[in-house]
Amino acid sequence: MFHKISTSVKRLDSFSKARGDAQYIDDIDFGEIFHALLITSQISRGVIKVIKLPYLPEGYNVVTKDDVPMGGKNVVNIINLDWPAFATEEVNYYGQTIGLIVGPDKNKLFELLNKIEIVYEEKEGAFTIDEGLNCKGGPIYGHNNLFVDYNFEKGNPTKAFNEAYRVIEEEYETPFQEQVYMETQGMVGLIEDGKLTLYASCQCPFYIKKALCTILNLETEKVVVKQTVTGGGFGGKENFPSMLAAVLMVAVNKIRKPIKLILDRKEDMTITSKRHSSRTKIRAALDKNDYILGLDIDMILNGGAYESCSKVVLQRAIFHINSVYDFENVKVRGRAVATNTVPTDAFRGFGTPQAVFAIELFMSHLAKLKKENDVIFKKHYFIKRGGKTVTNGIMHTDVKLEEMWAAIKEKCNYEEKVKDFGRGNFKGVGAAFYLHGGGFTGDGEFKIIKSKVKLRILKGGYVEILASNVEMGQGVLTTFCKIVAEELNIPLDRVIYQNPDTSRVPDSGPTVASRSIFIVGKLLQKAAAKLKEKWNLSDECEVEENYESPVGLFWDGDALQGDAYVDYSYGICVVEVLVDPITFEVKTIGIWSIHDVGTPIDLKIVEGQICGGILQAMGYGYLEKLELKNGRYYQNTMTDYIIPTSLDFPTMDIMLFENTSPFGPFGAKGVGELPFDGAAAAFTLAVSMAIDRDLKKIPVTPEYIFEVLRH
Amino acid sequence: MNTIKFNLDGKIVEIETEPFKRLIDLLRYDLNVMGIKEGCGEGECGACVILLDDKLVNSCLIAAGIIDGAKIETIDSIKETPLGKSIIEAFADFGAVQCGFCTPGMVVASYYILKNSAKLTEDEIRYKLSGNICRCTGYDSIVRAVLNVANTMGK
Ligand code: FES
Ligand code: FES
Repeated sequence: MFHKISTSVKRLDSFSKARGDAQYIDDIDFGEIFHALLITSQISRGVIKVIKLPYLPEGYNVVTKDDVPMGGKNVVNIINLDWPAFATEEVNYYGQTIGLIVGPDKNKLFELLNKIEIVYEEKEGAFTIDEGLNCKGGPIYGHNNLFVDYNFEKGNPTKAFNEAYRVIEEEYETPFQEQVYMETQGMVGLIEDGKLTLYASCQCPFYIKKALCTILNLETEKVVVKQTVTGGGFGGKENFPSMLAAVLMVAVNKIRKPIKLILDRKEDMTITSKRHSSRTKIRAALDKNDYILGLDIDMILNGGAYESCSKVVLQRAIFHINSVYDFENVKVRGRAVATNTVPTDAFRGFGTPQAVFAIELFMSHLAKLKKENDVIFKKHYFIKRGGKTVTNGIMHTDVKLEEMWAAIKEKCNYEEKVKDFGRGNFKGVGAAFYLHGGGFTGDGEFKIIKSKVKLRILKGGYVEILASNVEMGQGVLTTFCKIVAEELNIPLDRVIYQNPDTSRVPDSGPTVASRSIFIVGKLLQKAAAKLKEKWNLSDECEVEENYESPVGLFWDGDALQGDAYVDYSYGICVVEVLVDPITFEVKTIGIWSIHDVGTPIDLKIVEGQICGGILQAMGYGYLEKLELKNGRYYQNTMTDYIIPTSLDFPTMDIMLFENTSPFGPFGAKGVGELPFDGAAAAFTLAVSMAIDRDLKKIPVTPEYIFEVLRH
Repeated sequence: MNTIKFNLDGKIVEIETEPFKRLIDLLRYDLNVMGIKEGCGEGECGACVILLDDKLVNSCLIAAGIIDGAKIETIDSIKETPLGKSIIEAFADFGAVQCGFCTPGMVVASYYILKNSAKLTEDEIRYKLSGNICRCTGYDSIVRAVLNVANTMGK
């Protein structure tokens, strides 16, 4: 029985959105406004020689690096400062921002944009992981194109390989993926009360604010960022809006007029960040019974032209590379390599889906060699409470994978299916196991983010939540209010949460990393508990709560050793398929899942996250093809880039398993990313069984199946 | 510039427009029907759907010039009809709204199929809504919501 908070309510934003009343950035009336179009690089790598501008009528301006105010740095301040906001001489990816053209009439702007002529000296680009590693055309970053090269070990992998009876090696690849948030990126900048103010569709208002202070050389009180109703993010609005905001606000600072920058779909798909493509090589040292003595894992992410948050994505990827397994001896190497492609960045799962894909396929491959059912094989290695993570941290909380498996296998009739399927009948079923660490990696929450929330009692007995996490579809507007209402034992309609405005709310951190409920929700619960005591003291009062690191956890960020995450959510996804023996099209017959997210703060919202996350991952596994041609994405419209419709996959069977966390509010854990992590692997394993061949990459398109069967 | 006259959500509107202006732009930026959303601008996502003389169309693919004399219904009037209200209520009940950007389009499309089908099964709903893309929900909640309305209507 779940806690009573789990009982679903109508989401607080349902009606305004369904009625079309909710105001997204392009729906808001800012009065007389200028528009901006991006002037972007039309080559993937080279040097800008000349920019020839057409005659600009009055009221029209071109804004470039020369307009960055004195003392401001022409960079997008994300983590490293390597990404220029406006390209200087060099351009390193197709679509890189060179400038903005700004003026009152959008049609006129398009006309002028077409007349801008840029002369480049083109250089040879490096686009693939291998080209990046080989520094094709010379290094883009540092001397070897590596943004980072992480290495760590657990146990004694050298000994394991020395004692191995045999060694098995495989390699797996995953592609880029486009977020396709339905609302494209957009923002409006203006001067409000003497402050440079930005309204934006975004996930992280304080990240944008930091970027603006850097490029404009302004103190923090001079810059305001206000989130507007956000039509999806999925990670794509974590860091990229900082890039757009940086250049837009340089223009606002120069022109001193309200300016709107909205990307159309094609532009959005062409220039915005994608999911990192990856290649993972895994070697296993096996004993003579084909049990695993040790693993040697080498994972490489394509980071694109600038670092963005590639290091952090890579950390999460390699810290999840052992997924739900506790292997005794493991050697891990992880690299993020620079290439002349759009900087890759956050996308739901943040490296974990790439890691889960590799390890799940490899484990199933080993099971096959051992002639054992892959689930039985995998179960030998399930991590347990007290077990050791790949970074030599301790699993401090209960792991209920065995129980979860028992529940889901009944539901989907797994054992019967395994008996009948495969062996050339084109039917297959695949199961993938996965976990997801909640909150920032390592001591990020404690050392970098340092979240703070406030609760304020307003006149009339209302309580307002002051925090910086945004509603972008995941339901946090409702779930935050539910947490506070529950703790205070007041009706839900007494709690108010508005879209964050950096001039009003404390920085409770970005809306990323499945952290909003698990980390910030807990702070809100604690703040509410404090408020309960003060409630009668005065009509209007305020309490504040700051993040404190849970005791008993240890992390060494230099050695990458210790407890990489406070707690984990878990999932199992089972997919059943039927492959057409003539066209090789794959029909998905069933999708079952069971997830342990602790206490669901709202059952319907959690189920919605699971259903949506799995469907995106099915797209990743089967449909979504994003290929590079000379550094440009071949698919840059919704006609070419195919994402799932209501017809592509069947209704899902979604189960939740209760295993509360001592760390989250009412026992809740993170849920946003978890459901994305395993479905592509489960789907691939199902097709693999159906055609009785190993598969090593996604998307598993009919063409790929044909290619595999032909060999 | 042409002057066109048409029925917009029950009111007669007369407006000057470039005949090749996209209908979505006319409705959003000249007539302030902001519930119509642009997801793709090329007829792939259904966020911009409206009813044009009782037919479901993508307003991003239509030139404003051709709607002279036509009847247009958008989310603005549909949300006030009894059927529109029950669809919106069902979307809220079944958790079919997440980021909401596809939702007004989904509501309009659902309204159309509920009005124009004698009987609706889950498969039919999936088929008939397949022109409307949602990246958030995974569709199950939307399909359930529409099916629920169909059932209460005896369809
Ligand atoms: S905006 Fe018209 S179909 Fe997508
Ligand atoms: S709710 Fe976000 S696209 Fe449908």
